[in-house]
Amino acid sequence: MLLPPALQARLAGAPGAAEPLPVQRDSAAGAAPFLFSPRPVRFPRDHQFFEDGDVQRHLFLQEVLTQVAEEPEKSRVPEFTCQVAGCCQVFVALEDYQHHYHMLHGNTCSFCNRAFPSGHLLDIHILEWHDSLFQILAQRQDMYQCLVEGCPEKFKTSQDRKDHMVKLHLYPADFRFDKPKTNRGPSTPGAAVELSARPLRDDEEAMEVCSEPAMLTPCRRTYSHRIPSTICFGQGASRGFKRTRKNKHQ
Amino acid sequence: MWSSRLGGPRPLACGVEELRRRRREREAALRKARREQQLVSKRLLREDVPEEAAGEGADAPLGEAEVQQFLRLAQRGTDEKEREKALVSLRRGLQHPDTQQTFIRLEGSMRILVGLLTSNRALLQLEAARCLHELSHSEQSAVAEACLPATSYLLTYLSGHSSDFIELCLYTLGNLIVESEAVRKQLVPQGIIPALAACIQSPHVAVLEALGYALSQLLQAKEAPEKIIPSFLDSTLPQHMLQLMQPGPKLNPGVAVEFAWCLHYIICSQVNNALLITHGALSTLGLLLLDLAGAVQRTDDAGLELLVCPVLRCLSNLLTEVPVEAVGGQMLLRDERIVAALFILLEFFLQKQPSLLPEGLWLLNNLTANSPTFCTSLLSLDLIEPLLQLLPLSNAVSVMVLTVLCNVAEKGPAYCQRLWPGPLLSCLLNILALSDTEAVGQSLELLQLLFLYQPEAAQAFLQQSGLQALERHLEEIQLRDRVHAVQHTALHG
Repeated sequence: MLLPPALQARLAGAPGAAEPLPVQRDSAAGAAPFLFSPRPVRFPRDHQFFEDGDVQRHLFLQEVLTQVAEEPEKSRVPEFTCQVAGCCQVFVALEDYQHHYHMLHGNTCSFCNRAFPSGHLLDIHILEWHDSLFQILAQRQDMYQCLVEGCPEKFKTSQDRKDHMVKLHLYPADFRFDKPKTNRGPSTPGAAVELSARPLRDDEEAMEVCSEPAMLTPCRRTYSHRIPSTICFGQGASRGFKRTRKNKHQ
Repeated sequence: MWSSRLGGPRPLACGVEELRRRRREREAALRKARREQQLVSKRLLREDVPEEAAGEGADAPLGEAEVQQFLRLAQRGTDEKEREKALVSLRRGLQHPDTQQTFIRLEGSMRILVGLLTSNRALLQLEAARCLHELSHSEQSAVAEACLPATSYLLTYLSGHSSDFIELCLYTLGNLIVESEAVRKQLVPQGIIPALAACIQSPHVAVLEALGYALSQLLQAKEAPEKIIPSFLDSTLPQHMLQLMQPGPKLNPGVAVEFAWCLHYIICSQVNNALLITHGALSTLGLLLLDLAGAVQRTDDAGLELLVCPVLRCLSNLLTEVPVEAVGGQMLLRDERIVAALFILLEFFLQKQPSLLPEGLWLLNNLTANSPTFCTSLLSLDLIEPLLQLLPLSNAVSVMVLTVLCNVAEKGPAYCQRLWPGPLLSCLLNILALSDTEAVGQSLELLQLLFLYQPEAAQAFLQQSGLQALERHLEEIQLRDRVHAVQHTALHG
């Protein structure tokens, strides 16, 4: 297809268009037996017109393999220990430590040292477990908010909330991040934390860090260890799908 | 920005011919699947297993006893390293479909895996997620459904900060979504849309690409127009997506491809495209198209059509929904650079992927149908001749080219005067020598318009034995009346 040489220059030029030529239609133009009239065409989802492009898209999805290899490519470093107070985990690869740090220290409650997978769940936890005002308000109004982000519902008790999450949101009844409040760990600031130092079994009290007591100052309310999401330990998650086209179109 | 993709050619056991054959087979299988509306493709994050190693016991299936043993060791082992190794072995085994079946049939296996997924041991968590990812690749919906107990956790982890982990969860979710309607039925009430809306604010490109993939699978579902797209449009996702598709130095091609396909599935479902237009979809996509046309000239990247195709589709479909009174307000519709860009992309398709030419011509039709501006652009930018060069390619392409030319011709004498004299008439005579009814029919429409508004063209037609060329089509019922009418117009003006 031989494109006029000025076309590329036009593309790089300013927006706008030449004044349109005058339109002047003759009524004989669209008369029978002729059928044509100009119209934009719309194609719905499953139209056959899209077949070729869809097939190309799916070939692409199928062909792609990531180049992220497993252990051999991790950044090996001399063994080091997590520096967070009380954490005793040891690492030999930065990626492992990055994941550990985010998962277990990223959203940690400064009152009771429980770790949560997200800031959202941490906030709710602090509110419900460590805020005495919450307890007072909860006697008069529905304060237990649904844990599912985007759901505005609130409930009188944590059990009602759980029922809602199970029935409406199809969450498991034993959802790990909705444990009822227990007497482990302090619910008011100021009390010393006395967590056992034994390694915890995975199926109990998920996300609790095995630690020695942390020193807590009294009357600290909403301070929490929240790591900005951009912290990435110098690795940068720029991996993505690195495409290897095994064969080129020729 | 559009730098060539990473990863050069890898030495492979099979030759180029073998690869081509396999690709043709896969292409045929995909076409069949699409016709049966069973188009399912997934992405797998896994280390590259060289083709030669397959079948050497590298992925031999695990027996029930082995699966049980690995699970027990992972759950109860005392040494951390041992537990991790057990999970790694399980994961490798799960690459095999037989092992996947064995695993899901084993009572309590998913419970244990979910327990490890939510444990306080980060590395075990990661390996457990990788096991789930392997399971998600299964082509048996029963396996996908066996993963249902894990979905609430996968969604919860999307709000975390460990980007590698989030990426893994997203690809796993995307795979599960496309495999099973039961999974989708659970994920929507579990809040996948708000979870993705929170996740799309991640600064990590890899996460965004994974998110786009998962979302595209969700939006492609057959029940999406009723069950998923409305809540999607209610969320903040559309604005964020369009934001991430703005051309510029920060645009990532991998991310853009996924989101472009998401937009296509939304737009062609015709749920509420007016909303997307108010969010600026037309101008974002138009600017992106200009950008792509520029990129095509700079690089030889054969992968660009993956992005061009959905962008073209979105624009074409959206154009049908701009109300007449709003046309003037859309900058895109007064900017002839879009026509220039489209032709550059048509040329690109001609070289790299001719099967996509009809899609480009579709956009050209929608741009020109009701637009004297763009019809004038075709003339003033000298694009009629390049357009005619596409005629011989196929009947489908001919019909579309002729339709665009009709769009121009029907605007009146000022336009037809620029269509002839020129190569148009001899091209039309060539078309008349064909037997494809639709192409001939469209050329009759064009001839009628041309003769009406540019009578001298009729003279030339007669002199070039046009009447005889018309004769042979008199026997075709669909053409007969129009052939008579064109003959009459040519002879009597």
